Formats: sequence, structure tokens, C-alpha cells
Amino acid sequence: MNGSIVQVVLFYLLAALALTGACLVAFSRSIVHSAFALLGTFVGVAGLYALLAADLVAIVQVMVYVGGVLILILFAVMLTARVDEGKESNPTVGKIPGLLAMLAMAGLLVVTAVKAFGPRTVISEANPPSTVSPIGNLLLSKYVLPFEAISVLLLAVLLGAVTIASGRMRKGAGGKQEGEAPR
Amino acid sequence: MSIGLGHYLVVSGLLFSLGLYVLITRKNAVAMLMGVELVLNAALLNMVAFSRLGRVGPDKLDGQVFALFGIVLAAAEAVVALALVLQLYRAFRSVDTTETTDLKG
Repeated sequence: MNGSIVQVVLFYLLAALALTGACLVAFSRSIVHSAFALLGTFVGVAGLYALLAADLVAIVQVMVYVGGVLILILFAVMLTARVDEGKESNPTVGKIPGLLAMLAMAGLLVVTAVKAFGPRTVISEANPPSTVSPIGNLLLSKYVLPFEAISVLLLAVLLGAVTIASGRMRKGAGGKQEGEAPR
Repeated sequence: MSIGLGHYLVVSGLLFSLGLYVLITRKNAVAMLMGVELVLNAALLNMVAFSRLGRVGPDKLDGQVFALFGIVLAAAEAVVALALVLQLYRAFRSVDTTETTDLKG
């Protein structure tokens, strides 16, 4: 009983963290604030994963999202947005249709979720075992093909990102003289 | 009073709608990418929640494996998108998606 109370409180705290972060991302006027608010969302969702006994996913979420994607986004913000020019570096268009679409989608999803799964209770294990070793086994047995495919994808993304960001592509964009492009 | 699957689905639904709002209203390409990340996080939260609390039983970890693959795909997408944004900024000195409308500009 004690554990379940702690679970409930933790769930609401983490959900509030994630949703506050998302609201700040959506409604903040400065894009730097948006980028930092994304941190709250990622950490909140990682906490929710941990609450769902998905410890490996939670750790990977923190490592990849907070340590990787967020840093990349912050770099992109600082390299592209002229944040020092004005206060409003993150302008919005079409607030009313956006709000309408958001409210319609939120209403639909929330009503569906509550109607379909509202009264169901939790399967509550006292001490769920670690998921690291079973997931490792799954990755190398049942999901070995997607695992290998994703490693090839990562290589392609690595090369593609370097090629695109280095700007070498624009030389070949001339059209006819592609054949005698410099080696 | 306990936390069920519905609670997680509500959180994920709200995350998704906020991401949708960001995608609709922002003009800045980097901010739109943040919206995509919100939507992806909502989807992955759904997968983990169903894997733990759905009908499949708590010892089935396929949903978590899917979430791991999703995280990797999201990271890959972010890297390529940000490289494109950098090139866009180099070409147009702006990442405003209503200004950068010329092809071969």
C-alpha cells in the first residue's frame, strides 16, 4: 500500500514535469527557453519509463535524448536562430487553428483513453526484475534483423549527416557537369 | 487509487497534442523539430505503457524493444534534420519555413 501511494505521487509529479515542459515548448516566446523546456519533458518521460519498470529504456532515454538530441538541438538553435536580435525569436503563425487542432486531438485521445482503459487497475509486481538482460537476449535473438538493419541505418545517417553538413553536395548540384566532378 | 494504463495514455495523448500544436504554429525549423520530438516521445511512452500494463502480460518486453528502436530512429532523424537545417541557414541566412521557399535558390 505504501509503495502504491509513492507510485501515485511519483506518477503525478513526473507527468506534471513532462507536460509542463511540453507546454513551455509549445507556448514559450524564446526558442532557447523552448529548447531548455524540452529537457523537462525528456526527463519526465524517462521517469515515467522507470515507473513502468522499463529501466533500460529510461536510461537510454536519458543518455540519447538528454545527452544527445537535446545538445544537438541547442547547438542548432545557437548556430541558426538570431536569439540576440529580439525578444521574440520563436514566432508563431495561425494560433487559432493550431489551438483548435490541439484541443480536438487532445479531447479525442483523452476521451478514448479514459473510455477504453479508465477503470482498469495495475498489475503490481512488488519488485520487478531488471529488464536489461532479457532485452539484450531479445535484441540478439528475435529482433536480430532489425538490430542489424538499424546499425546500417546509423552508419548511413553518420555519413549522410557529415556529407550534408559539410556542404560538399552543392558542388555537384550544377546539373550537366556532374560527370567531371572533382574526385 | 492506483495508476493504470489510462493514466499513461492520457499523458501521452496530451504530449502528442502539444507536439502537434508546435508543428502547426511554429515557423522556425528547429522549433518544428522539437514538436516532432514531442510527438515521438508520446508514441514511445504509449509503447512502453502497453508493454507493461496492456493485455500482453508484464513479462513480454517487445514493446520496450520497439521503444528502444524508436529512440534510435528519433536520434538519427534529429541528426539528419539538424544537418539540413544548418545547410538551410547557410543558403538563406534564415530557418524560417515561410521564407525559405525557393528551390535551387
